[in-house]
Amino acid sequence: MRQRFRDTEHLVRLALLFAAGTLVFVVARALLVPEGFGEYGHFRSGAMVDNQLREPVHAGREACRECHGDAAAALAAGGHAGVGCESCHGALGAHARSEGEVKPAELDAAALCSLCHARNVARPARQPQVDVAEHAEGAACTDCHEAHAPAL
Amino acid sequence: MYPNELELQWSVLIALYPFITGLVAGAFILASLERVFNLEAVRPTYRLALLTALAFLIVAPLPLQLHLGHPERSFEMFLTPHRSSAMAMFGFVYLWYLLAVLVIEIWLEYRPYIVERAQTAAGWIRWFYRAATLGSYNVSPRALRIDDRLGRFVTVIGIPSAFLLHGYVGFLFGSIKANPWWSTPLMPIVFLFSAIVSGIAAVLLIYIGYCLVHGIRLDMPCLDAMGKFLFYAFVVDFGLEMLDLVHRNYEADESLKTLNFMVETRLFTSQIVIQIIIGTLAPLLLLGLTQLLTLTESARKGLYTTSAVLTLIGIFAMRWNVVIGGQLFSKSFLGFTTYKMGFATREGLLPALVLLVLPILILWLLVRLFPPMLDQEAETPAGPPS
Amino acid sequence: MSVDRRKFLVEATQFLILTGAASEAWPFVAEGHPEAAPGYDVSRHWWAMFIDAEKCIGCGRCVEACKTENDVPDGAHYSRTWVERYYIPAHDVTRPESEPSPHVDSPEAGRYGFREIYPKGPGAKAFFVPKLCNHCTHSPCVQVCPVGATFESPDGVVMVDKKYCIGCRYCVQACPYGCRFIDPRTNTVDKCSLCYHRITKGLTTACCEVCPTGARQLGDLKNPDDPIHELLSTHKVQVLKPNMATGAKVYYNGLDAAVR
Repeated sequence: MRQRFRDTEHLVRLALLFAAGTLVFVVARALLVPEGFGEYGHFRSGAMVDNQLREPVHAGREACRECHGDAAAALAAGGHAGVGCESCHGALGAHARSEGEVKPAELDAAALCSLCHARNVARPARQPQVDVAEHAEGAACTDCHEAHAPAL
Repeated sequence: MYPNELELQWSVLIALYPFITGLVAGAFILASLERVFNLEAVRPTYRLALLTALAFLIVAPLPLQLHLGHPERSFEMFLTPHRSSAMAMFGFVYLWYLLAVLVIEIWLEYRPYIVERAQTAAGWIRWFYRAATLGSYNVSPRALRIDDRLGRFVTVIGIPSAFLLHGYVGFLFGSIKANPWWSTPLMPIVFLFSAIVSGIAAVLLIYIGYCLVHGIRLDMPCLDAMGKFLFYAFVVDFGLEMLDLVHRNYEADESLKTLNFMVETRLFTSQIVIQIIIGTLAPLLLLGLTQLLTLTESARKGLYTTSAVLTLIGIFAMRWNVVIGGQLFSKSFLGFTTYKMGFATREGLLPALVLLVLPILILWLLVRLFPPMLDQEAETPAGPPS
Repeated sequence: MSVDRRKFLVEATQFLILTGAASEAWPFVAEGHPEAAPGYDVSRHWWAMFIDAEKCIGCGRCVEACKTENDVPDGAHYSRTWVERYYIPAHDVTRPESEPSPHVDSPEAGRYGFREIYPKGPGAKAFFVPKLCNHCTHSPCVQVCPVGATFESPDGVVMVDKKYCIGCRYCVQACPYGCRFIDPRTNTVDKCSLCYHRITKGLTTACCEVCPTGARQLGDLKNPDDPIHELLSTHKVQVLKPNMATGAKVYYNGLDAAVR
């Protein structure tokens, strides 16, 4: 019996080494798996909060209405009713938060209007489109059209 | 092209990785031919094949670590492996294969040598051998018989483990339904057979190289056996790849036009010329000659060597064509991009070359620690060319 | 009910909802520092999006807004969302073999609009298709992530855990829609998060906010008053690559057969 053990002793030591390694792995795992992992699924629940942690860069249409009621009203009554303020004016979160301190960027009306209204064969037919050069004949868009209520 | 597809995500290093694990699996399967299937002819290469497998297995994770955006977080695959991800399962398959199969098998094979060196070696290396004995110096005939039986058992489970090690790499690609170049159930099988082919070729070359360096006479029956197995494995591998090709062209689904165009233009050199003509048809022809004709020893040596070199080039090209090729076309089937491989960048050509050379250096070290052919260590000259 | 009245009702409802939700959100916008959304119950929402491809005019405001809102790196190959223009030239429909492949382009991901480069002619067909992450319910990207760094939240948004991602790019390969990319600054994967930081606070996504034609509309499928229910039942909707069975939740109206 002792002889048999002596002949397999090296294998027993090997098995013990493996067992020790497994134990180390299990302990390390218990210590290192991040908190909240597995709460909602195979991911760290804190990641959902991480994705919420960003201050909105765009303010949203409602925010503009607070101070710019007139423009908002003109917009709602005209052809651009469905167009958000930030579609043209860019992100206004900083401007709204600072209550006007941070100024929105200057708009290049010609480039901006053409972006939606220049004739393009891929645009749906119901979108008002013109050949800008032909239509404007050198004038700026805002010479004739009021941006918030563009119909003439 | 979808805008995000412009740059390739998986580089040459990711093509290198299946090449390396393929060599591991192939070398091990060659070694197991002797141990489990009692193929005495390849006995001379048994230990060398095991050491080759270990050398390449040690290097295998390195291309991946260089590729990862956050290699320092790679242990997360062990902490929270996502069971549905083939890549997550890699960590455990690799660990299993390294520790439970390869290291144990090498240890059992070399135990008498380790024990002897632990008692007689000079210098600090003696501590290495002493540690490797795990404190047990019993090398009685009974203990060695037990070792032999256990070693055989380990080899038996080692074969499916080797299949798993490299088969999962094929599955990793084959299970991506988004990519029609990769998505096929044949992928793990094709990868596995090309692994066997590349492993046999690598051990063949390493055996010839080792014997040349140490002035040992080459065992021709061993070389002949390896050549024969290389040939037959190659026939199966080629057959499988042709099956994939024929199947694709027959079904002719939406992706065919794009994929054929890609092969005819972007992948022409690497696939048609290098992989198929130089890397598959040529070695098949040369090996076929050795099987069909009676040739002199010298001629056979030359043909085996040439075939093995061409084979390795061809199998690497196959990995390249799968990995890089799969990213050259758009998933919209309406566009193509190009792969710009850097040289001295983190994932460039230089690290790839270093990683190809590194296993040879490791093997050199392993061979010094665990000499593969003790019974033929006498400095017999290689003999006149016959 | 006449078309005009129905249209008015739908749009009025949208307006009321946006106003109601937005007024709740205003305090968050006013706060000015990043914070989580207290009081947001994940189990009461199931986010989706409705895109009317027939309304898209290719102005690219959505792409621009997304870049600004989410601090996405400059460059077309770092796109959380993009717009594609399809142009199918006139061809002889009686000879199917002459059918040309559609010309698809997305200059700078559509961020600065599309310059006219195609001739107007009879028989040709052209349109825009906005694209983004489809927030699939059986997402292949979630399936292949080795560590659990990308996931679908209980409210239906597929997101990335940037602190956990190891940058292996398996998910980028697995996504059939090409909506994922590597952020070169963090070396982790990035993609559309459905503006999670906005929608959990009652705002809509940045791309929907600035879309001038209402082609893009966020929807909460668990909210019985959400206009998306009406939209889904009155339009012939489709998802991209339905054969992949990804459970995509971005529903398109007016998707042409040529769209991939």
